[in-house]
Amino acid sequence: MTSIADRLSGPSAAAAPTPAAETVAAASTAAAGITAAPAAAAPAKAASPAITFPAVGERELRLDLFRGLALWLIFIDHLPPNLLTWFTIRNYGFSDATEIFIFISGYTAAFVYGRAMQDAGFIVATARILRRVWQIYVAHVFLFTIFLAEISYVATSFENPLYTEEMGIMDFLKQPDVTIVQALILRFRPVNMDVLPLYIVLMLFLPLILWLMRWRPDVTLGLSVVLYAVTWELDLYLTAYPNGFWAFNPFAWQLLFVFGAWCALGGAQRMARIINSPITLGLCVAYLVAAFCVTLTWYIPQLGHLMPRRIEQWMYPIDKTDLDVLRFAHFLALAALTVHYLRKDWPLLKSPWLRPLIVCGQHSLEIFCLGVFLAFAGHFVLAEVSGGAMMHAVISLCGILVMWGVASLISWYKREADKGAARKGVRSNADLAGGG
Amino acid sequence: MKSVSWLRFGIAALAISLAASARAEDAPQNCEVPAYLLTTESSLPKVADAVKNARTLDILVVGSRSSSIVSTSDAAAYPARLQAALKDKLPAVTVNLTVELQPKKTAEEIAGNLVKLVEGKRPNLVIWQTGTVDAMRSIDPDEFRQAVDDGVATLQKAGADVVLMNLQYSPRTETLISVPPYVDNMRVVAQQRDIPLFDRFAIMRQWNEQGDFDLFNPTHGVELAKQVHDCLGRALSKFIIDAAHLGPAQQN
Repeated sequence: MTSIADRLSGPSAAAAPTPAAETVAAASTAAAGITAAPAAAAPAKAASPAITFPAVGERELRLDLFRGLALWLIFIDHLPPNLLTWFTIRNYGFSDATEIFIFISGYTAAFVYGRAMQDAGFIVATARILRRVWQIYVAHVFLFTIFLAEISYVATSFENPLYTEEMGIMDFLKQPDVTIVQALILRFRPVNMDVLPLYIVLMLFLPLILWLMRWRPDVTLGLSVVLYAVTWELDLYLTAYPNGFWAFNPFAWQLLFVFGAWCALGGAQRMARIINSPITLGLCVAYLVAAFCVTLTWYIPQLGHLMPRRIEQWMYPIDKTDLDVLRFAHFLALAALTVHYLRKDWPLLKSPWLRPLIVCGQHSLEIFCLGVFLAFAGHFVLAEVSGGAMMHAVISLCGILVMWGVASLISWYKREADKGAARKGVRSNADLAGGG
Repeated sequence: MKSVSWLRFGIAALAISLAASARAEDAPQNCEVPAYLLTTESSLPKVADAVKNARTLDILVVGSRSSSIVSTSDAAAYPARLQAALKDKLPAVTVNLTVELQPKKTAEEIAGNLVKLVEGKRPNLVIWQTGTVDAMRSIDPDEFRQAVDDGVATLQKAGADVVLMNLQYSPRTETLISVPPYVDNMRVVAQQRDIPLFDRFAIMRQWNEQGDFDLFNPTHGVELAKQVHDCLGRALSKFIIDAAHLGPAQQN
């Protein structure tokens, strides 16, 4: 089993859960040493022992790192396949960057808004969550507008007889009224624009999830698993426009989100022993290796005959829409190994080499949207300037550089803005929630 | 002064584009397909049988709009090119080929219709090109798989070998049509039914990446489409000959 989180709060907080009321620590970016003191001083006798918030002091860079990584990988996966595609994890196993993104989003959202719920109550926390949902929604609509412009251009300028059939997909442009309204109610989503609607729906239910988590975290996780199972059993889904269904089924993907939230709210600590047991680690490694071998047969078809037919029939298709159990398990195995081997105090986390990833992960909503836009732009450039493999790789690299640049710019701005705010003694940690 | 240099530039550009188009027209298009895309573990016993014993091969192509360029009786589209290539490679065999275009029909709609299509024709081989319409309408991939599976079963029951052909690689519509679920599910059916799958998607993508064809090209002309279909027809002929294990002996 897993979590990026077991070591989130550091060893001292794990030993003595910090009562949630001590969130004052949020006021400073203090070093871990300072936050460890109250944790040791006050063993948990607080009102709600079920939930513990790790001390805030230091930002968990591993979350930022992997969210940044997920953003880069999503961007690369959205471009036509090229050299860099070989670096994306979906080539080496069942799960891909989407799993990482949704899990970390659940984790950070629960972390930030769970604390808000503890401090300010259900209503205020809900209001803050809804404000966040609104931001994501606006971002989605903004991206849709750009997408519409690009598609309209292609539809009017592209008439290759080879693709007469495929161009029929542009027919929706003949009914802009319907299309735009359907996009506004999240039913019309072009390919590559599926993650934000999923995220919007998951965030809408976050107040409920957090409220349940405060009551009984394990029961909440259990309910989530039940919903997942029911989804598979009864084939629940949301329909899309003009036909079809949501490419990421929220009824299934909520499992990852809720699991992330559960980990953030103390589940990870309780699981630490399981995660670190050699048996678990061995199983994880075995599963990852097996998954890797299976993926090899996709890319080297000559190996296909080595796969037993019976396993193939049982395994395929590995369903992304409904978050196949194999994918979920693959993510868990990856996460467990990551958390075990990549410690919170890993020195490289502070090195300039990982800085680009971390800084992107810290502004995930902005960078995610930018990534989707850059993927559109990349498609567009590739279409206009025909280029070979090199051109593809160059475009991917440029996109990543732009993401890094913009993230750094936002960081700089936030730092400057925070300097002003710090004088008044206010510091919001909403950026930790990051939209991620 | 300025206008002169523009003129010169225009002439140079014209010359270059003329040279480029001339090159595209005369030399036979280079469209190598890596061997792994043209090999299959599944075989085509009925095709082998027809070629060895009857010396005639009846092929039926069932496809959507992308199995043609302009119209059904299209000598430049891949079915006709396949026929020509097979005749070329199997000179002693009579190759008959008919095309049943079913534009805008999903796999499910076609599967229900297949009995009628093969009736009377009794083809040895049916090449079923499908997936595009389903992908464009975002049909539930599970239902799509079921429909393809039913269709293949029908064809096999009717005594024909089946080759599945998947979607075209269409980079311009990549952000609009989600192709992978349909490609994957066709592969699953091919595996389960033990029939060859002609991976048109991977092959065309390969061509685009190798630079054989620029499939992003917004050309209005029909030349590119003709070349691509010619190459597809030839690749398909190799694929079929390989899957039917037609050695050099039968080829003469």
